[in-house]
Amino acid sequence: MATEKVTAANFADVVLKSSTPVLVDFWAEWCGPCRAVGPILEEISNEHGEKIKIVKLNTDEEGSIAMKYGINSIPTMNVFVGGQVVKSIVGARPKPALLKELSEYIN
Amino acid sequence: MSVDYNKVHELVIVGSGPAGYTAGVYAARAQLSPVLYEGSVTAGGALMNTTEVENFPGFEHGIMGPDLMDQMRKQALRFGTQLVTDDITEMKLDGDVKTLVDGSGNTLKARAVILAMGSAYKEIGLTNEKRLSGRGVSWCATCDGFFFRDQVIAVVGGGDSAMEEANFLTKFASKVVLIHRRDELRASKIMAERAKANPKIEFLFNTEVIDVLGEDKVTALKLRNTVNGEESTRDFTGLFVAIGHLPRSELVRGQVTTNGEGYVEVEGRSTRTNISGVFACGDLVDHTYRQAITAAGSGCQAALDAERFLQGH
Repeated sequence: MATEKVTAANFADVVLKSSTPVLVDFWAEWCGPCRAVGPILEEISNEHGEKIKIVKLNTDEEGSIAMKYGINSIPTMNVFVGGQVVKSIVGARPKPALLKELSEYIN
Repeated sequence: MSVDYNKVHELVIVGSGPAGYTAGVYAARAQLSPVLYEGSVTAGGALMNTTEVENFPGFEHGIMGPDLMDQMRKQALRFGTQLVTDDITEMKLDGDVKTLVDGSGNTLKARAVILAMGSAYKEIGLTNEKRLSGRGVSWCATCDGFFFRDQVIAVVGGGDSAMEEANFLTKFASKVVLIHRRDELRASKIMAERAKANPKIEFLFNTEVIDVLGEDKVTALKLRNTVNGEESTRDFTGLFVAIGHLPRSELVRGQVTTNGEGYVEVEGRSTRTNISGVFACGDLVDHTYRQAITAAGSGCQAALDAERFLQGH
C-alpha cells in the first residue's frame, strides 16, 4: 500500500492510536535527502505496509508537531508503537540499511 | 531500461557529483555506453547541500546547487549514460574485468572504472558529537538550519564552507558564533568579508571545541583556548561542523594507491591510478582545489583517459 499524508488533524487517529507500528517520515520539499529517501519509503510501504504503516508529515506545514517531537534535522523517521516513539532514524539511508533498522517490525 | 548484468560493460562510473556526471557526458559521447551509479540517497554529490553556487563559470547570476546538478544529470542522460540510483558496496578492481557489487545485490562487470565518489564531512571526532548527531549537531546548514530559528548556535571552521554555513544560518538563528582554532581564517576574502560584515555572526578565534554537552540534545559546548589552554563552557543549542572533508575512498583503499589521508593517487596530471583501467577524479583525488569546476574538469579528463585506454585494448 502507498504511504499516506498525516496532518495535525489526523495525527492522533492515524499514528498514536494505530494498532500496528507506524513510521512517520518528517520531511520537507526543500530537503534533498528527504526527496531521495521518499521513493525508498514508498517501496518499503508497498512491500511491508501491512506490518508497518508509513506516513509522511511535512514539517513546513505541520511545524508544531515537528517541534513537539523535537525534530531538528530532516529527514527524521520516527517509529511509533502504542503512541510512543520507540525508534528514531535521522538522515537518509539506502534501502538495505532502512530494512535492517525496521527488521523487528517487518519480520 | 535496466542494466544488463550479464555482459561486460566498457565503463562504469561510480559517483554523481560534477566529476561523475561530466565523465558520463564525455564517455557517453565517446559511445562507451557508460553505466553510472549515482547513489541511492546521495545522487548529485556535495552541491546538493548548498544553496547558491556563484563561482561555477557560465552562470552570470549564479545557480542553485541542486539545479546545477539536475542539469548535469540531464545532460549525461541526454547522450545515453545509463544512470542507476543505487550504491556500489564492493569493488574488485584488478585484472582485465573489474567487478562491482551494488546495494541491491547485483554484480556488474566492466573493462574500465572511473572512481568519482567524492568526499564526506570531517567530524571533530568527539564522542558526544556523534552521539548528538541530528539532535543539535549537524554537518549541513542548508539541511538543518531551518530548525534552529531564534537560537544561539555555533559553527566550527575557518574555510569557505564555514563562512557560507555561518552566513546561511543567520537567516534562522538569533546569533551564530564562528569558532576557529587559529587566529586567521583560510576562507576566500569575499566570503570572510561577508561573514565579518554580518552583525549576527560573532567570531571566536584561537578556540576549539573539546566537548559537546547535553543529555538528549545539545545544550552547551566545552571550549579551549588554543593559545593559553584555558577551558570554558558556553551555552549553545546547535553545533554545525564545517571543518573540511575527507575522501570517500573506503571501498578502494588497499586496491588503488591512496595517501595518508585516503586521497586516491593518480599519475602526474592524468586520472590514471596504479591499476590498469581504473581512473579517479574529483574530490576523491583533489585535496588542493576541491571546487565543482575542477571536479567537472577532472571528470572530463577521466572519461578521455578511459576512452584512450579502451581503444588501446
